[in-house]
Order: sequence, then structure tokens, then C-alpha cells
Amino acid sequence: MIQFSHASKRYPGGYDALLDINFQLSSGEMAFLTGHSGAGKSTLLKLIALIERASRGQVIVNGQNLAKVSRRKIPYHRRNVGMIFQDHQLLFDRTVFDNVALPLVISGLSHQEIGKKVRASLDKVGLLNKERAYPITLSGGEQQRVGIARAVVNKPPLLLADEPTGNLDPELSREIMSIFEQFSQVGVTVLIASHDIDLINNLPYRILTLKNARLSHDSAQTAAGN
Amino acid sequence: MVNWIQTYLLRHLQVFFYSLGQLTRSPLSLLMTSAVIGIALALPTGLHIVLKNIQSLSGDLDSAAQISLFLKKETSDFQAKQLSNQLRNMPQINSVHYISRQQALAEFKQLSGFGNALKALEKNPLPAVIVVRPSLSDSDALSNTRATQQLVEQLQSKPHVDIAQLDMQWIKRLYSIMDIIRRGVIILAGLLALAVLLVIGNTIRLAIQNRRDEIVIVKLIGGTDSFIRRPFLYTGFWYGLFGGLIALFLVISALLMLSGPIEALTQSYESQFSMQIIDFGSIFWLISASILLGLGGSWVAVERHLREIEPT
Repeated sequence: MIQFSHASKRYPGGYDALLDINFQLSSGEMAFLTGHSGAGKSTLLKLIALIERASRGQVIVNGQNLAKVSRRKIPYHRRNVGMIFQDHQLLFDRTVFDNVALPLVISGLSHQEIGKKVRASLDKVGLLNKERAYPITLSGGEQQRVGIARAVVNKPPLLLADEPTGNLDPELSREIMSIFEQFSQVGVTVLIASHDIDLINNLPYRILTLKNARLSHDSAQTAAGN
Repeated sequence: MVNWIQTYLLRHLQVFFYSLGQLTRSPLSLLMTSAVIGIALALPTGLHIVLKNIQSLSGDLDSAAQISLFLKKETSDFQAKQLSNQLRNMPQINSVHYISRQQALAEFKQLSGFGNALKALEKNPLPAVIVVRPSLSDSDALSNTRATQQLVEQLQSKPHVDIAQLDMQWIKRLYSIMDIIRRGVIILAGLLALAVLLVIGNTIRLAIQNRRDEIVIVKLIGGTDSFIRRPFLYTGFWYGLFGGLIALFLVISALLMLSGPIEALTQSYESQFSMQIIDFGSIFWLISASILLGLGGSWVAVERHLREIEPT
């Protein structure tokens, strides 16, 4: 599903955010991306979502070499990548329903379809009763679940989450993680950037560790090596 | 296919009314921006209408161009009438009006107020006059002028005619003055259209900046440029439409205010002129130009600023 080969990212000014990254994530796999802050976790996710482009090497997502995706085609690529952010990135002047509906509105779905899919998605994150509420009235955990509902509403094959539990207490964090697990179980590829080592070490998933812009540790390879 | 077109139109319709709804949430700023556009457009439109009226007025004057044939003093009444009849049969001539020396004197006494002074004169000093109105077949003012000029030369050579007089000079001058004014209006309209473009462009630029976060989010979840552009273009459309309507309102009220005194003035010239406020053609052009400027201004702003806003 995701394949990095010798991918590097150098920002203008010569700062290397990622150096020679190689790994592969297969379809339906769930993995964590961890490392100290500034190690390049966010940059790696940005390369997958085409918010940034690799300076060297290749990033292939869903069989598509991202270097070959033109600027005009980027939106269509992003529709296949559900993204979840630490700060939720919700629109505060719209209801929960309208926030979750946005990806479907962008894709030009009909009213009835949008209604059905939005409710199905809100149901999955347990917020069906909040569809008319405004995000500002929700707790941090609920806002994050709205963000997840929006990311999955058009059933993308790939989910990226950047510190989704960054502002949440351990209880809520585990809740959010279990939502991700459910999506993984139905075949969605999930990549979660998180520095919450305690949380992710307790979960039986692959852990990719970044250190100083390099991939320093991959739990899958260690397992294979053993 | 039909389905696809339906969704496409439906989406446009939604954004069409959504953008209107957004604008009416802050009616005061909508009114102010539209008023700026309206005033800027009302000026050239008003001048255009005034010019059009002057043109139709001067067209009146042109067709009213008369040739006065002053007859030689020794011409008898009978000879003059014969000449009148002869002239009446010429195809270039529309009507002939004979004023005898006595009639001329009576008219002069009545109109000039020099009645008593004239009594002191032994003889009637005025010649007999035949007033000829040329028939103007051509709608083009200039070729009419030329035909009239030829007619004057022809009439000058007739027997008994002392002087054939036509004062067209002032009409020619009026035409060249109007030509200058017309060009001035075009230049003014161009400058003000540019101003409208900038006003709308700036308004849309501010709207884009106000909704920067929203644009970033929409880009993150796969919104295409045209999806993001659409509400701003429709906002420009609404500004243009409202600006055009305000301009129309301003022009009509200004002309209505002027029409009373103008008609009083033209009546004193015994002209049949009635002022035309605004015709449907002008309304159509005003509103379409205004809408196009709205769309154009927002297009420029959106093209310039939408690319700058990218998720980071």
C-alpha cells in the first residue's frame, strides 16, 4: 500500500527532514510511526499525502508513484487518503454533520447519499447523537472522533493520523486507538504517528522509529531477523 | 451522463445560493461594496444616456435644417410663387414655404419688437423668402449634410434667388464636440471599469484571507481548485449584479430628476424632443458588464491568492 524507497526530504535552506527512508506497508496493515519531535514523523506523513514532495527517492502509494502525480491530480490522490490531525482541523462555523459531510460534498455526492454515509460514519465513532452540534461544544476526544469520522466517511483505503491522541488522556487515547483498530480489521491501511510510547508499546502492531531523519528501527524487521 | 450533468448543475446551484446566503449575512458590507461598484458604473452609464439623448436631439435639428432663399428685391409676388411651385416638384425637397415681403415685415414687427422703428422707414427693407426643407432619405447624418450642401449650390443658381443660406457649421461643430465627449466617456468607462475590477478583486482577496483555514482544510481532504474557486466566483457575480442594479437605480433617479427642467428647456425651443430615460439595450449592457466585471475581478483575485494557500 505504501512503499518508500531511498526517499529523502530536504527543505529549502538545506535542512534534511528525512534521509534515505525505506519501508513498505502492505494493504490492511496497521503501524505506528514514532520518534522524538523533529525526527520527521510529520514530514513522512506529508509525503504520503502529497503535502510535500520527496526531494530524492520514491514514494509509491496504492501503486501510484507520487512523483508522477501532477498538481492538478493531488486532490484526487488525497481523496484516497483519510487524514487525522492532532488539532482536528474542523470547521467551527459548521455543524458536526456538515464537517463530516465535507469530503462527500467535494466528491459531488447527492443529498441522500451524503446523509446515509455521514450517519454511518458518525455511528462508527459513536457520535450519532451529536450531528447537529457545533464542534466548539464538544470535548477534545469528541472533536477528534469527528475528525476521524470525516477522514473515513468516503471509505479511503488508507488512513494517516498525526498525533491523534496528542491532547487526550490515556483513557480517551485507548478509545481512539480501538477505533483505528476497527478500521484496520476491515482492510484499511492505518499509519499513526505518535510519540506516546507507553500506549503503542502495549498494542500488538508494527512500530517504525525515526531518529534524526533516518528510519532507525522497524519492529517488523527485528521480528523477521529473530 | 444525464445524472452527471444533473449533479453538476445542482452543485452549481447550491454554491450559487450558498454564496448569496453568505453575503446577506453581512448586509452592510455587501451594500457598501455594491454601492461603490454602482456609483462607479452609474457615471459612464449616465453620460452615455445623456449623449444618446443629445444625439437624438441633434438628429431632430439636422432634419430641421432649412435653406432660406432670399429673393432679389425686384422679384414680383407672382414670380416668387412660380418659383415655389417649381421647387415643390423637386425630389430633394420636402416642403416649401413662401413668405412674401409683407408677411416678412409683419412677422418681424411682431417678433422683434422694433415695430415702431420700422414705421419710420419709407420702404419695406425685407426681401421675400422661400424656406425650403430638404427631404432627408439617408439616416446617416454626414451624407445628409453633404446632400443638403449640394442642394444649396443648386438653389443658389436659380433665377430670382439672391442668396441661398444654410448654416450647417454649428451642427458640424456639435458633432465634433459630441465625438470628443463620446471618446471621453469611453475612456472614463474604461478607467472606472478597471476601478470596479480592483474593488471586487480586493474584496474577494479579503474574503479568501478570512477563509484561509477553511481553504486549507478543503485542500487537505481533496477539494479541487475549481471547487474552492466556485463560491468566490459566485460572490463576485453577486457583487457585480447588485452593483449593476444600484447603478441602474442611480442613473434612473438622476435622469428623472433632470428630465423636468430639460423638457421645460426644450419646449422653449419648440422642439418635440422628449427625454428618453433608459432603454432595455442599455440596461442589458449595464447589468452584463457589471456581472462580467464582478466575475473577472474575483477570478483575478482567486487565481492570484488560491495557489498561495497550501496546507503545510
